[in-house]
Amino acid sequence: MAAALINVPSRAKRGDIIEIRTLTAHIMETGFRHTADGELVPRDIITSFTCRYNGTEIFRADLFPAIAANPYLSFFTIAKESGKFEFEWIGDNGYASTASASITVE
Amino acid sequence: MPTTRRQFLSLAGSVTAAGTIPIVTLRPLNATPAMLNTAIRNVVGEAPIRTGKVKIDIPPLVENGNTVPMTISVASPMTADDYVKSINVFNEKNPQPNIGNFHLGPWAGRAQVSTRIRLADTQKVVAIARLSDDTFWQVIADVVVTLAACTEEVN
Repeated sequence: MAAALINVPSRAKRGDIIEIRTLTAHIMETGFRHTADGELVPRDIITSFTCRYNGTEIFRADLFPAIAANPYLSFFTIAKESGKFEFEWIGDNGYASTASASITVE
Repeated sequence: MPTTRRQFLSLAGSVTAAGTIPIVTLRPLNATPAMLNTAIRNVVGEAPIRTGKVKIDIPPLVENGNTVPMTISVASPMTADDYVKSINVFNEKNPQPNIGNFHLGPWAGRAQVSTRIRLADTQKVVAIARLSDDTFWQVIADVVVTLAACTEEVN
């Protein structure tokens, strides 16, 4: 099951500015917290998010522990052609997750 | 297969529950304004930083520092020869001075990014935008935090 919620308009007029909203399930453990025994809880965060529109990168974010758990990102792009948005999250401990959404541009 | 809101929330809930197993205690050491300056200089170099063009939408008074909604927008026409290359967001007193770096281009149409951040203390949040002519513009927002991130008791 996909661990992400993606919100992309399913259709748009050519040249419209559209908003893309993404939310993914991740603990974003900061690596600065300790257990009651004084042990450091190891860092486990998503470090990078990329969005590609028909294969071209349109948005990239470097994330740090200061991003809240279950990272939410919203950004904009111009609808230029019908096709597919691909989303990729990469993080600590080999974490990798992808999602995609399609759009029809008229 | 599209994920329904219900499926997503149940998954997000289980991830959060798994994350609360360690009992947390307050970390004493926080970043200092000097670390903030160093982090900013790592991105900007020696270039001058001007104030303006950038806008942060963040609540001035935050009850829970664990999730603070933040929207950053830059006044830019976002054309092929005048656009925002990146937006870097920093904080003053979290354990680490960086919050996030966002890379945009003229195809964005609108230079605006929203996310949710953690704030460990009442502090300043600084957003710096790098434009296509390699000038840097900043805005500073003061945020009062009543419940700091990572310091609450976990049951």
